[in-house]
Amino acid sequence: MKAIAARIGQALGLILAVIVLNFLLIQIAPGDAATAIAGDQSASDPEVIAEIRAQYGLDKPLIVQLGTYIGQVLQGDLGQSIWFDEPVSGLLLDRVGPTVLLSAAALTFAVVFGVTFGTIAARRPDSLLSHAVTVLALVGYAMPAFWTGLLLLILVGVNFSFFPVSGMHDISFNGNWWESWLDAGQHLILPALTLGIIYLAQYSRLSRASMLEVLESDYIRTARAKGLSERSVIFKHGLRNGVLPVVTILGLQFGAVLSGAILVESVFAWPGLGRLAFEAVTRRDTPVLLGVLLLVSVSVILANLVTDLVYRIIDPRIRVSGARND
Amino acid sequence: MTDLFMMDAETAPQVKGQALKLFVRNRAAVLGLIMLIGIFVMTFVVPIWYVKDPGDLIARPHLKPGSPDAPLLGTDNLGRDLLAVIVYGGRTTLSVATGAAALIVFVGVSIGAAAGYYGRWVDAALMRFTEFFQVLPGLLFAIVVVALFEPSFWTITFAIGSVSWPGIARLTRAEFLRLKNLEFVKAARAIGSSDFRIITRVILPNALPTLIVSSTLIMGSAILFEAGLAFLGLADVNNPSWGLAIGRGREAFTINWWAVTFPGLAIFFTVLGLSLVGDGLQDAFNPKLRGR
Repeated sequence: MKAIAARIGQALGLILAVIVLNFLLIQIAPGDAATAIAGDQSASDPEVIAEIRAQYGLDKPLIVQLGTYIGQVLQGDLGQSIWFDEPVSGLLLDRVGPTVLLSAAALTFAVVFGVTFGTIAARRPDSLLSHAVTVLALVGYAMPAFWTGLLLLILVGVNFSFFPVSGMHDISFNGNWWESWLDAGQHLILPALTLGIIYLAQYSRLSRASMLEVLESDYIRTARAKGLSERSVIFKHGLRNGVLPVVTILGLQFGAVLSGAILVESVFAWPGLGRLAFEAVTRRDTPVLLGVLLLVSVSVILANLVTDLVYRIIDPRIRVSGARND
Repeated sequence: MTDLFMMDAETAPQVKGQALKLFVRNRAAVLGLIMLIGIFVMTFVVPIWYVKDPGDLIARPHLKPGSPDAPLLGTDNLGRDLLAVIVYGGRTTLSVATGAAALIVFVGVSIGAAAGYYGRWVDAALMRFTEFFQVLPGLLFAIVVVALFEPSFWTITFAIGSVSWPGIARLTRAEFLRLKNLEFVKAARAIGSSDFRIITRVILPNALPTLIVSSTLIMGSAILFEAGLAFLGLADVNNPSWGLAIGRGREAFTINWWAVTFPGLAIFFTVLGLSLVGDGLQDAFNPKLRGR
């Protein structure tokens, strides 16, 4: 119980640190906030600038400004977008759904196929498939996600009209919620495949290695000696332990997946957080860019926390020792 | 494997010879090495006789490779020689990646070594710091850093370096924790060696095999990082680079597939070569783990 409280405290500390980092980035970013707020016309007027400084508290000491900033963030106020002239938090909320959909689809694809390939490969370590898994892992890692996406577009998207090449819905789309999901699903295939291939490669290699180890262990030999069917040995006994490393990595890779989504979303014009970050870069919309960074970092911290807590619940070995081995 | 590396000076060369033999016998690793040599020749030797300005508009845009009066790999959207873009673009990509990898290894090893060697509050403080950088989404943070400041060699190198060191820091720390209480370290302490000397001359050399393998892989991930940033337009636009070339090529990828494909292949073979060499080194240093 004490360990769990400490773990939650640690997550809160990290969230606070991320907010402070965001504040520091705003401070060191070139360009003056007051001038930006004043706009082009009144920026040269020192009186207007001084007034804005006083109004927004920009004349106060940094530490006071930091306090104000933390207070604002905790209330969900992430400032105003320069390009859209809308609150950043609203823009972020609009884009969360598509990114979650894309990442979840990519990871499901990667886990299902990765663990399957890895398990089959581990049963016959010298088979053709086993070597194919090793090659696939290397190739999948070495292909930059955005390049894979473009190649898929060149090879598939352009030749087969079934796969729409960009966006989440057809521009002329008009239908009920069911057709809307179907349409989005059709748009989802190529981006999810692109993002998923990287992780498919990693998970198949990881589960191959871990299953190889598990299948050599004593309890599997016992299960075989008992006369259990091969299927029962592999799926009921082996896979349960063999899949653990994949679960661990899955929790830790949350941030990496969202980072990968930035590139993939920008290739396929998928309207998620990554696309928003890319737009913010090209439009020099710093508040939006920092908002995405803050939101994604906090999600990563929470995802890690949840993985950790779930782990403590499932795995009695961790529950007893109270600490995870690094 | 590391037990072998702890032998005295006379037997050590023999052991290193064995590692070399294992590496050379590993066909995948040799293939990776050939890829890297190919990339190296292309970027640093070919320019000696293929003297071109990759920014020059030499022919009509979208000239297919192989069509009359097209250069070997065709031209891009603006009519630049794609081969020149790839040959000269390698310099930018490889120098940023090398700089970033050096920074990552330096920061990671320093922090990991200090944490592992001193332990207690130093370890606790440094590990909290490392955890913080570990939860930051790497590419996104690098994008923010490069976007806030002007994209240049230094900002990009710094951005990639600042987000990728936690892995190697943890690895170094683990190695130091494993090694610091062994006999030969105690002996060094007993004869009055300073902490700095013990860290750099006694423990670190024994952690080197692990760190070399990991540096090879870091180099590969730094290249992917650089390419991703450049693809998003976060690169010094005056210097050609592979990622930048793909980013420009995508504008007309339906009619000009080669402008996207060839620079990507350059990235692909470099990263693949580094991974293969890294795996080969791992197997050579640590034969027990082979095939895992």
